[in-house]
Amino acid sequence: MAIPQQKPVAARPKPRPHKRRHAWKDKHYRWVPDGQGDWRVQGFVFRHHHKPKRGHFRGPGPKPARTGAAAPVPSPPPSDPRPPGTYQGAFGHAQAVRLLQRAGFGPVPGQADQLASLGLLGAVQSLTRPSGAAVLSGPPPRDDDGNPLAPADAWGHDHLWWLDRMVRTNQPLVERMALILHDWFATSNANVSKTQQMIDQSNLFRARCFGSFLDLFRAVTIDPAMLQWLNGNQNYKWAPNENYAREMMELFSLGADRGAYTEDDIREQARALTGWRSEWSSEEGEHNFRFEPKWHDTADKTVFGQTGNWDWEDACRLCVEHPLHPSFFVAKLWSYFVPTPPSNSVREGLEATYVSSGWQIRPVLEAILASPELYEGPPMVKPPVVQLATMLRALGRGIDTGAWVWLCEEAGQRLFWPPNVSGWDDSRWLDTSRMRARWNMVTYAIEEVSADVWGAPYSTTETPDEALARAVAAWGSPELRPEHREELLDFAGRSEKLAIANWQKGPYRAMRQNALLQLIGVSPDLVLQ
Amino acid sequence: MSASRPNHSCCDGYTRSQLLRSAAAEAGKGLPAIEAGMPEPAGTGLSRRKFLSRSAGLALAVYGASKIPLSAFETGIAQAAQGDKILVSIFFDGGIDALSVLAPVGDSRYAQLRPNLALPPGAGPAFAEDSSLQWHPSAAALATLHGEGKVSAFPAIGYDHPDQSHFTSRHYYEIGELQVGYRTGWLGRYLDAVGDDENPLQGLSLDGSLSPMIATAEKPVAAIDSVDGYDLWSRTEDPIEAEMFRSFARFGSLPADSPGLAQVRRAASQTDKLRQDLAGVGDFNSPVAYPDEWFAHKLAGLAAYIAVGLPMRVVTVRAPGGYDTHADQAADLEDNLKRTCEGILAFQRDLEARGLADRVMIEMWSEFGRRPEENGSLGTDHGAAGCAFVIGSQAKGEMVGEFPGLASLDSDDNLKATSDFRGMYCSLLEQWLGYDAEAIIPGASGFVRPSLVKA
Repeated sequence: MAIPQQKPVAARPKPRPHKRRHAWKDKHYRWVPDGQGDWRVQGFVFRHHHKPKRGHFRGPGPKPARTGAAAPVPSPPPSDPRPPGTYQGAFGHAQAVRLLQRAGFGPVPGQADQLASLGLLGAVQSLTRPSGAAVLSGPPPRDDDGNPLAPADAWGHDHLWWLDRMVRTNQPLVERMALILHDWFATSNANVSKTQQMIDQSNLFRARCFGSFLDLFRAVTIDPAMLQWLNGNQNYKWAPNENYAREMMELFSLGADRGAYTEDDIREQARALTGWRSEWSSEEGEHNFRFEPKWHDTADKTVFGQTGNWDWEDACRLCVEHPLHPSFFVAKLWSYFVPTPPSNSVREGLEATYVSSGWQIRPVLEAILASPELYEGPPMVKPPVVQLATMLRALGRGIDTGAWVWLCEEAGQRLFWPPNVSGWDDSRWLDTSRMRARWNMVTYAIEEVSADVWGAPYSTTETPDEALARAVAAWGSPELRPEHREELLDFAGRSEKLAIANWQKGPYRAMRQNALLQLIGVSPDLVLQ
Repeated sequence: MSASRPNHSCCDGYTRSQLLRSAAAEAGKGLPAIEAGMPEPAGTGLSRRKFLSRSAGLALAVYGASKIPLSAFETGIAQAAQGDKILVSIFFDGGIDALSVLAPVGDSRYAQLRPNLALPPGAGPAFAEDSSLQWHPSAAALATLHGEGKVSAFPAIGYDHPDQSHFTSRHYYEIGELQVGYRTGWLGRYLDAVGDDENPLQGLSLDGSLSPMIATAEKPVAAIDSVDGYDLWSRTEDPIEAEMFRSFARFGSLPADSPGLAQVRRAASQTDKLRQDLAGVGDFNSPVAYPDEWFAHKLAGLAAYIAVGLPMRVVTVRAPGGYDTHADQAADLEDNLKRTCEGILAFQRDLEARGLADRVMIEMWSEFGRRPEENGSLGTDHGAAGCAFVIGSQAKGEMVGEFPGLASLDSDDNLKATSDFRGMYCSLLEQWLGYDAEAIIPGASGFVRPSLVKA
C-alpha cells in the first residue's frame, strides 16, 4: 500500500462522466508530515472497487525517518552555516572543482575560486537555483566548414548542439541534470522519427529537472519521442503493448528484482496507459500525438493491489506512490554524483526529504551536492561527453569540428543514442576500445595548443620543469597527483636526453610538449571526477 | 588485475607480429625467416611491411638472437598455434523471436496466435529434425549448415521462473546463474581459471564495449571496435613517441587507492598492451567472399586473427540490429537475421578453407524469446523460452530439447523451456573447452549436459 503525502493535484481537468460505481469504503491509515520534521498517523477512507479481502493491509506501514527541520536551506554566506549532515570540511578551490565536475562540466579558468568564495551552500544553490534562461557565452558552435549547426537536420549536429551547451552554459547543473535524465529515461533516436523530437525531449529535461518527479514522469510518459521509443503510441485497448508499462516500473521508478511489481501489474498497467496515438507521414514522420478516449481501456485495472479505472496519469502516480519508489529514486539520483552507495541513515534522510517535499527533485539534489560523501569520497570515472566538455572548457575551445560526434561514439556515448532503454552503464566506461577513443579524443582536443614540430622554431633550452608547467597551464592548471607529476617529469627528462644533435633540440622539445599535453589529457587526473 | 609487466629493454618496440613469429617458430611451425626480399609469410595474411612496420631492424636482431625469454604472452601464442579451442559467442540483443527463427508452422495454434506475423508453411527451408518446425527464410544460411550437420538447435531454451526483463534475463545468461549483482561473466570466470596474466586477447569483444560475459575478476580482456587496426594517434614521432607510450603504460602500473583510479589504471595498461600486440594486424585477406557489411567484416577479421595465431580463447560479438521487436517485427527481423546468418556461413566457409574449422565453435543466444501471441502493433512482447544454436564443424548437430508446442503455455502465456541455458554452458565448458563446469557454473551438477560436440 502506498503512503500518499500531499497528493499533487492533477492539472488536467478530467472528463469523467461515469456513473458513480459502488465502492467498498474502508478505513486506512498513512503517515503524514506533522510539520515539525516528524510524522503522524492519519486515517483516511479508501474506496475499494472490489470487495477487499479480510485482513488486508490497511496501513500505515513502517514509519519514515525523521526529516529534521525539513529542506529549505538557510541563507548563504558569508557565515556559511551548514546544517547537520552536510559536509563540514573546508570549502576551497579543490572542493569547488569537484562540485563543478560532478554537478557540471568542470571549471573554466577562474571559476572554481569564484565558486569557493560563495561557501558550500551558496555554491550549491548557485547551481540548483539558476535564475532566468541560460546564457551561452563564447564563440558559437560551427561545423568543420565554419557553418552554423543544424541540430535537427544535419548528421551529428544534435550531438554537437548539446555538447556546445555543456561547454558554454552558465547553468551547468541544468545541462548535467538533462544528461542524467537522458540516461534515466533513456530514449534513442534509433526509434524516433525526427531528431527535433529528441531535442524537444532534452528541453523537457532542462525545464523540469529540479521540480516534481511526478510531473516530470508524466511529461516524459506522453513525450512524443518516448511514445515512439517504447511504443506508447501503439498501445490500444484492443491489444495492449507492454513495452512502456514494464520499463516505467523497472527502469524509471521502482527497479527490478525488488519485489515491487508482478507480471500482472505490468499487463494491467499497460491497459491503464492505452489511448495515445499519432499519425505517420513521410514528410513529418510520426506527428499529431494525442490521447484518443475511444482507444483507452476504461475497464478497471488492478495495479499494485489498487483497483480503479486508471489512466496514464494514474499509472505514473501509482508508481511514484509505491512504497519502494523513494528508495529507488534516491539511490539512483545519488549514484550519478557519488560512486559509493549512501549509508542507510543518509538514504532514509534523503527519502524523507523527497517524500515530505511532495517528490521534489531539488531538495534531494541539494542535499546530495552538500553531502560529505561527495567531497570526501573516492573519485569516479567521467562519462565521455563530460570529459570532453570539461576539456574544451579548460582549453577555452568552442565547438569547431564534427569529429566529436564519432569520437564520443567510439568512447561509448553518442548523445541522443543511448545503447538501450536502461541508458549507459556507468561501470563500463573504460575498456580497451573506449580508452583508445578517449586517447584519440585528447589528440584532437589539443590540436590548437600543441606545438608545430617541424614548422615554427621551438625553444632549444626549455627544461623539463618548464615544459611540464607550460603543458599544465594549457590544460587550465588541473590538480595532478604527485606520482603522475613525477612520471611526467621523468618523461620530460628522458625525452630531453634523446636530443643529441643540434637540429633535434627544438623539434624534440616541441614533440615533448605535445606528448605532455597528450599524457595529461589521458591521465587519471582528467579521466576521473 | 595485476600490474603490467615491467618493460624489458630487449623487448621494447617488439611487435605482436614478431612475437607471433618467434612463438610459431617455437611451436615448430617453421614460418619462413623474414629477410629483405623474401615473400610474405605464407598463410598469415600479413605483409612483410606490416611485420616490419615498427622497429624494423630490431625484428631481425631479436629473431636472429633467438634468446627471447618465452614470456607468458608468447606462451599463449604458442598454445594457440598448437590448436587451442576457441568459443565465439554471438548475441541477439533484445530477445529474438524464436517462433520466427524456427517457426512452428505445423502447430495448429501458431496461426491463431500470430494472425499477422505467422510465417506461412513452405516459406522457408524445412527443419529436418522436427517436421512441425521451419526455418525463417532469412535463416537459410543457417539451414544450410544445419543440413551439413554443423548446427545444434535449442528450439526452447530458458530456465525456471523466467524473468521478462531484458536486463535481468540477459544478466542471468551473461553470468551463467540466476542471481543479480554478479560482477564476473561465466566466460570471464573460465578465463580467470585458465587465462594468462598478460594476454588481453584471450577474451575479446569485437564491439565498441566489453561484453559482461567475459568480465573477469583478474585476468586482462579486451574490446576492439574495428578489426582493421588498433592505433593510438599522436602529435609526436619516435623516439619521443615511444617514451610517451612508456609513460602512459606506467600510469597503468602505479598503485591505486580507489576503484575508480584502479579502473583507469587497468584501462591504460591494457590499452597500451593491446596497442603493441595488435601492431600490424590490421590488413587481412579472406579466402572466401563475405557479404559486404560490417558484421560479416568483423567475422572475416576474426577468421584472419585466428589464422595468424592471435592467442584468443573466447570471442564475443553482437549480431547486427536489435531484436526487441515490440512493433513492426517482420521487416526488422528479416533484414537483421539474414545479415547474421549469412555472415556466419561465410565465416564457417572461411575457417574451412583455412583448415581452422575444427578449432572454432559458435554459440548463438538471446536473453529470452518473445510471447507466442502477437500484440496489436504487428510485434511481440517479452516472452520466456527462446532459441539458441551451437554451430561449427565439430558441433554434434542434434536438436537439444524438443519444441514444446503452443497448446500448453506457462502461466504468463509464454513458451515453456525444454532445455536450460546453464546445461548448454556446462557442455560447452566440458566438451569443447575441456574445463570442469563445476568450478564455473554454480550448481553445475544439477544440469543435464546435452551432447554438443562430435565424439
